[in-house]
This record gives sequence, structure tokens and C-alpha cells, in this order.
Amino acid sequence: MSDAIRTSTPIFVRESMTADRAPPVSNAGPAAWIRDNLFPTPLSSVITLLALLFLAWALPPLVRWLFIDAIWSAPNGDLCRAPGAGACWAYVWQKLGFFMYGSYPREEVWRVNLVLLSGAALVVWMLWPDARGRGGAALAFFTVYPVLAFGILTGSAPFPTRWLPTSGTGQLLWAFLYVVLIAGAGTLFYTGRLTALAMAMIGFVAWAEIGAWWPTLGLSHVGTNLWGGIFVSLLVATVGIVFSLPIGIVLALGRRSQMPIVRFLSVLLIEFVRGVPLITVLVMANTMLPLFVPQDWSPDRLLRPLIGVALFSAVYMAEVVRGGLQAIPKGQYEGAMAVGLSWWQMMQLIVLPQALVTVIPGIVNSFIALFKDTTLVAIVGIFDFLKAVETARLDPVWAGPSISTSGYVFAAFFYFVFCFGMSRYSLMMERRHAAGRKR
Amino acid sequence: MPPAANDKGVAMVAPELLKPAPLTSPVAVEMTKVNKWYGNFHVLRDVDLEVARGEKIVICGPSGSGKSTLIRCINRLEEHQEGRIVVDGVELTDDLGRIDEIRRDVGMVFQHFNLFPHLTILENCTLALIWVRRMPKRDADEIAMHYLRRVRIPEQADKYPGQLSGGQQQRVAIARALCMSPKIMLFDEPTSALDPEMVKEVLETMERLASDGMTMLVVTHEMGFARQVADRVIFMDRGEIVEMNDPESFFTNPRHERTKLFLGQILR
Ligand SMILES: Nc1ncnc2c1ncn2[C@@H]1O[C@H](COP(=O)(O)OP(=O)(O)OP(=O)(O)O)[C@@H](O)[C@H]1O
Ligand SMILES: [Mg+2]
Repeated sequence: MSDAIRTSTPIFVRESMTADRAPPVSNAGPAAWIRDNLFPTPLSSVITLLALLFLAWALPPLVRWLFIDAIWSAPNGDLCRAPGAGACWAYVWQKLGFFMYGSYPREEVWRVNLVLLSGAALVVWMLWPDARGRGGAALAFFTVYPVLAFGILTGSAPFPTRWLPTSGTGQLLWAFLYVVLIAGAGTLFYTGRLTALAMAMIGFVAWAEIGAWWPTLGLSHVGTNLWGGIFVSLLVATVGIVFSLPIGIVLALGRRSQMPIVRFLSVLLIEFVRGVPLITVLVMANTMLPLFVPQDWSPDRLLRPLIGVALFSAVYMAEVVRGGLQAIPKGQYEGAMAVGLSWWQMMQLIVLPQALVTVIPGIVNSFIALFKDTTLVAIVGIFDFLKAVETARLDPVWAGPSISTSGYVFAAFFYFVFCFGMSRYSLMMERRHAAGRKR
Repeated sequence: MPPAANDKGVAMVAPELLKPAPLTSPVAVEMTKVNKWYGNFHVLRDVDLEVARGEKIVICGPSGSGKSTLIRCINRLEEHQEGRIVVDGVELTDDLGRIDEIRRDVGMVFQHFNLFPHLTILENCTLALIWVRRMPKRDADEIAMHYLRRVRIPEQADKYPGQLSGGQQQRVAIARALCMSPKIMLFDEPTSALDPEMVKEVLETMERLASDGMTMLVVTHEMGFARQVADRVIFMDRGEIVEMNDPESFFTNPRHERTKLFLGQILR
């Protein structure tokens, strides 16, 4: 201590406070940003220059093809086939109806539009953070909406007869499905089991009544063999997404169950479906499902790939959710049990909410994969968007290399917009959860 | 301690909801010849213990001696394989309905708090009231606020557990357990994950609970707490109760060699 050399006075008391100053010029402004981000080191500078060179080489022709040389309107493919012509947006515009609805009768497409727009409105309402009545929107989307959509799109009554369906395509299945769905949603949104049961009963009666009254609307019947295009792609994707998450959760819980039989069956289903390509699942669903049920109830040709897609993505979802379940510490289970929660309550209130939030990236990853995999339903004869693009380019009026390419570019744009949107939405949700809950 | 303070001017819930439910039996917990194994490992050996209504018991012993396992058997977070455990006149069996009933009446506080990080402090406390006791949210909120005031952190009600200090989190855990009006409270090393300056606030909370007449089983190495609060101190080693005595005799005149050795180590 005593040997220490003092270079300044040991006592200090500040007499006046230092005023704020602007930062030195080099730390702010675009020049500094460019220097710090694009040219901080020699290697980065080289990479930046190479990237700029690449853009200078690739961008102008692309812009020229996409916009400047593009044909925006034309009665047929002649202009687009001329040498030097760019993208043929006139063709996309001309075929837009076909891309959207496939062979759905043109004078009836308002029905598709009605279903698509109301569905979009419900989805946005349901997913909009902090929106009022999100629960109600979700309830409507998962219960009322699909039944009405089915009725509007096919023109057949969503519930063909009062009380007990007698014949037709899987009517009992429909009835059962809706009782389960409504009861499940009811339990989720209200605490009492009695409430859920009452809602299921009311729902059942209401659908039966609507079914009896539906034919008086006079909607013409449009078979699923006429459905196609973007509308079918969205339908397959939505059904897949809506069913894959809950089925995946059930399978994940089953795989971690204490009961050996439940665990065995879950593992069997997961590993089996995961072990075969989606195309195989689709073909199997297409050819094998009808064998399991009486002829009269043979599932609709569109329903079969829907089941296949939902099952396929559900088993991937199950593994994603299982990862989330494994991240939940044992103490959370013990805390939940110690306050007297039942197993279902513990899962629903404590374990799943935390597990699902931790695996949002994985869940959305599965959704995006599923969205693009819907193009494979074309294999079993479903006329999805990509199939429509493929078919439209065979039209001799619009044949031509850059015309076909334009169709595919449009398809790429469509898939990109949806996948990118999902990705952004999930990032936003992750941030919100991170901000609210972690320290 | 003010009487069930009504400082926010909200309607009061029935006062009996704010008190621990009385035990129906004079014997709160009765364990006879309890044996438990983890695989081939014999954790609890012939444990005999009778806890009277309102009694406070402190359990100590070296690490791995089975203290946690013992008290976790009482609310059946662990299952015993032999012997009888009777909690307030109800025997613990495989009957699931009974087990939920027991867990409602037995509160537990853990070493690592085990609060639910995705719920606010208030929601942590009201969750079981709403879902297990099926109570309307308003009443549940009020009961939760009552106990948060008792553990002296009502102002933290809207925060998340991650935003609180360890001592505060442990007091929330105590309030969460108390909300269910338990007849018996189990504490498993409630202060051993806390910094020294936070140990005091948690121990004070527990002391107040003890002076209100709660039946308590506490695993702890806080010997000051044991001297002051415990009616009996139990020393466990290798799954057995080695010595059991009132705190005065236990600390000044331990009789078993292993107790002497253990006390010599922790009291220095
Ligand atoms: N789930 C389990 N499976 C196998 N062995 C276990 C399990 N839980 C605890 N044990 C073992 O049982 C013994 C008693 O554990 P217990 O947690 O009851 O000890 P403890 O007295 O509470 O110790 P500590 O003071 O370290 O908390 C220990 O040897 C431990 O390794
Ligand atoms: Mg322990």
C-alpha cells in the first residue's frame, strides 16, 4: 500500500455536470454506415464488390425480362412469342380465373370467392395480435366456417338429413367429427365440461336443422372433380395445417405416455408414416382408404389426399412437439401436480403452452413444408394450382417458351408470398413471447 | 399483521376461504413401516412417523439420505411400495381420485420454486383455484391477492416469475400453495437455492405461517429456524430415521453417533 505511486489526487468532487454532445461524425450518417457494414475489413470489401458485380450482371436482364420487355396485355400469344419479348403477364391475366378456380363453373365462382374471403377475414382476425374476440373468431373458423364452406362450395347440404344421416359420403363421419370438434373447442374456451357438452348438443341440432333447410337455397351441385387451382391448394394447405397440429400434439403426448399400448401405437404410426415418402402416403390414401369403409361411404376423391396430407404432416409435427415437451423441466410437472391439477389440466395449462412456444420455429417450418408439399396432390389427380399452371401452358393459343416460364414465375411468386408471410408472422410471435415472458 | 386488509376497496370473499381448512383428524400424517425403492436402491427403510395436527417438524440429514423422497411420498409425487401413509385420515392408495384430493389439501414448496414462467404471479396463484376448486376468477383473484399481501409482495402481482428475485419467487410459491387452503404444508429445502440476504425473508414468512398454526414438514439445514419453530427435529441417514427429538435436546444433546457427526459438520 505505502509503496503505491499516486499519479493523480485521491480526492475528487465533481463541480459541474457535463453537457450532452453530438456523436463524432464518423459514428453516424450513411457514409459511416457504408464503411462499417460494407467495407469494414479488406475481405469484406472484396466480398461486397463481388456481390455488387453479381447484382450488376444479374439484375438488369431480370428487371428487363420481368417488367420492361414484359407483355402486359395481349389477345393471344403472338406478341409474347415475338423475339425479344419478356414475361407474358397478359397470359397470366388471361388464365387467372383458371389458376384460381380450376374448372369450377365460371358463373358459380362467387361461391368460392365468398368462402375464400370470409376464411381470410377469419384467419386474419384470429391471428391478429391483441384483436378483440380472437377466441370467437377461432371458434367460428374451426366449427361453423368449415360446415358452411362445405355447403356453399359443393351446393349440397352440409348435413343432408335431420338427425341421422342415411346414406351418402361419410355423413356419420361428418357428424362425429363436428361433435368432437365443437366439444373440444368448447372445452378449450370455457372451463366447464357441461358447457362444452351443451354446446356440442346445440351444434349438432343446429347443423341438422341447417342441413334440412339448405336445399331451399337452390345452389347447384358442383362436384369436387371440378374444383381446382389456387383455391384447392389453399384448401389442402389449410386442412393440413388445421389438423396436423392437434393430431401431432396427441401423437407426441401418446409417444411420451406411461401407458405402453398408447406409446406403442403412437410410435408405430409416427415411424411408419415418417418412413415413407409423401407420394406413397397419398397413393395409399387414394387406393386403400376406400377399401376400409363400405362402398356407400367411400371418401370423396378430394377427401382422401386431405387425410393423407394431414396425417403426413401430423407425424412430423408430433416430433417437433415432442422436442418442445422434452424441454419442459420436471419441476413444472411437479409444481402442477402439487397444486392438484389433473393430468389433462397440467398438459393444457402448464406443459403445452410452454412447449409449443419454444418450438414455434419448428412448427412454422413444418407448416411451410406442408404448404409446398400440397403440390404433390396432383399425383393422385387433384387439380391444384401448379397442375393448373401446367395444364394452361398446353393451350395452343398461348404456347411459347417465355409464356410457360411466366406461369411458373407467377406460381413461384404465389408460394413465396405465403411461405414468407408465415415465416414473418412466426418471427413476430416469437418476439412477442420473448418480450413478455423472459427476464 | 392487519386483518384481511381490504385496501383496494374490492368486495371481500367469505373469510373462511382465507383460512387453512381445519384437519379432520388429530393425526395429520401417519406413516407406518414405509419402504421405497428406486429400482434396486432402497431409499426409505421402515419409516415410522406420526405428525400431529399443528405440529411443525424439521427434517435434516446428509445429501441423498432420502429427505426429499420422504416428504414427496406424502403428496404422492413419489409412490411408496410398502407400508401405510395416511394423510388426514385418508390412506394413500392407487385410487387416482383420492390422490388429487390429497394434493389439494397438501401444499408443497420446492427448492427451485417451480413457478410457471408463462403465467403472471397472480395467475400462478389463481390457476388451481380456478381449475381445481372451480372458483370464479374474481374470487380467485381476491384470495390470491390476500396471500400475496401476506407474503408481502402484492405489488408484484402482474409481473412474470422471471422478473422477480429468488426470495420473492419463493414467497410467491408459498402464496401459491396457501391459496388452496392446505391443511398441511411441505417444504423441500425452500431456502437452499437462495442468496443469503434472501433466506431471511423466506424464513420470516415461514415463521409467520407456523405461528398461525399450520401443520408443517420442513426439510432444511437452517438450524436457527429449527430451534425456533420446530416441535420436533428428525435426523435421517441412508433412508432411515436415525434420531428424533425436541430441538433443544436434539441440538444440545444428540445421542446417535451419526447425528453428532452431522451436527458437528454443519454447526462447526
Ligand atoms: N428418480 C430417482 N431415481 C433413482 N434414484 C433416485 C431418484 N430420486 C432420488 N434418487 C436417489 O435417492 C436418494 C435419496 O434422494 P433424495 O432426493 O430423497 O435425497 P435428499 O435427502 O433429499 O438429498 P438432498 O439433500 O441432496 O436433496 C439419493 O441417493 C438419490 O440419488
Ligand atoms: Mg432433497
